[in-house]
Amino acid sequence: MDSKKGIIFTGAVIGILAVILVRFGNPVNMGICIACFIRDTTGALGLHRAEVVQYIRPEIIGIVLGAFLISFAKKEFDVRGGSSPFIRFMLGFVVMIGALMFLGCPLRMVLRLGGGDLNALFGLAGFTAGIIVGIIFLKNGFSLKRTYKLSKLEGYLFPLFNVGLFILLLTAPAFIFFSTKGPGAGHAPVWIALAAGLIVGALVQRTRLCMVGGIRDAILFKDTYLILGFISIIVFASLGNLYFGFYKLSFAGQSVAHADGLWNFLGMALAGWGSVLLGGCPLRQLILAAEGNVDSVITVLGMSAGAAFAHNFSLAASAQGPSPNGKIAVFIGFALLLLIAYFNQERDAKSTVPGGVKIGTN
Amino acid sequence: MPNRLSQEVLRLAQIDTRGMSCPHPILMTKQALEVNSTEIAVLVDSKTAKSNVERYLNLSGYTVNTIELDGETNTFEISAKKK
Repeated sequence: MDSKKGIIFTGAVIGILAVILVRFGNPVNMGICIACFIRDTTGALGLHRAEVVQYIRPEIIGIVLGAFLISFAKKEFDVRGGSSPFIRFMLGFVVMIGALMFLGCPLRMVLRLGGGDLNALFGLAGFTAGIIVGIIFLKNGFSLKRTYKLSKLEGYLFPLFNVGLFILLLTAPAFIFFSTKGPGAGHAPVWIALAAGLIVGALVQRTRLCMVGGIRDAILFKDTYLILGFISIIVFASLGNLYFGFYKLSFAGQSVAHADGLWNFLGMALAGWGSVLLGGCPLRQLILAAEGNVDSVITVLGMSAGAAFAHNFSLAASAQGPSPNGKIAVFIGFALLLLIAYFNQERDAKSTVPGGVKIGTN
Repeated sequence: MPNRLSQEVLRLAQIDTRGMSCPHPILMTKQALEVNSTEIAVLVDSKTAKSNVERYLNLSGYTVNTIELDGETNTFEISAKKK
């Protein structure tokens, strides 16, 4: 599937499935949103108490299990970790703060564009700006260091955890919270959502689709492979939304969105910069976590912690716009990214040979 | 003669990207080519890095030859020569 056709096909499937999930009950332009759905799942577990965004999203579980099964079958399941784990946790946290300022992860930004939500243009501009800042640090030797092999069990635990979540969803014990109103109450039937997740997880694992990678590689390497998937999602989500009558071209009155251009820009700039430093968008982190990358598991946990903090401390924006606390949190996020990006540049490597790589015969 | 090419390239420059996450394998390859643009060997340990580096070298006008060093750990040696 390492072909242009493969990634365009994957984008088409994601764009259309996302609209079908809306048709079956997910909030508009939120057929799939990694940040929102991790936030909802975190809330369902009671780690935050925002009553309108609590639900164990089967799409996330499906994506993880789909990617796990296919990577296992293709002998790509490989358990690794140890590449700056706590920094990755903090980056995941910050990416979530940025995403919840904008109200969506990079994938939902693309889906919002496909639904006619013009606010997402500010998000896209911010996302691109954040990626460019990240690229500057990459070119200056930014790295989170190497990963190392770990025991198989370490890698199996995350997919297993997701099976556990699915059991909690089906059995719905009293200690799990499910929204009765708001975005959390809007969801497609469990098995449809799970099936959609499985398909998306498997396809994204094969094609390595990544929202941040698309723009990054196009700028850094003049490589348009990943961005084709990004564009394909927009095109096919637009077609799907037009077909089902969900398409609405406007700034005002969009579903689970606000019209504050500056903060849509800044939120996505934070998410884009953080994602470049992580090496992939939230969707990609979820896929990597499923194929045994424990650093990405830590990143997903960081995103979950970020979501819990965002709702416990009123940092997340709402349809009314950003909150004062959220604006402060975004600035703290930028300061943290600057700190992390600056202090993880390998200056010594640059002095070894011009160009910043070590050349040897090991 | 893939093996001879590989040995030849090994003597010149081998970039070890094992354990590095995306996009470092391509970035390290790109930076090494700025030092020696005629030929290169890159060690990768994931299929993602393998296809990314191969695609980058192909796009940059190199003849690419990949050898599997260890199937268990998905370790490959990608050698490339300017066309």
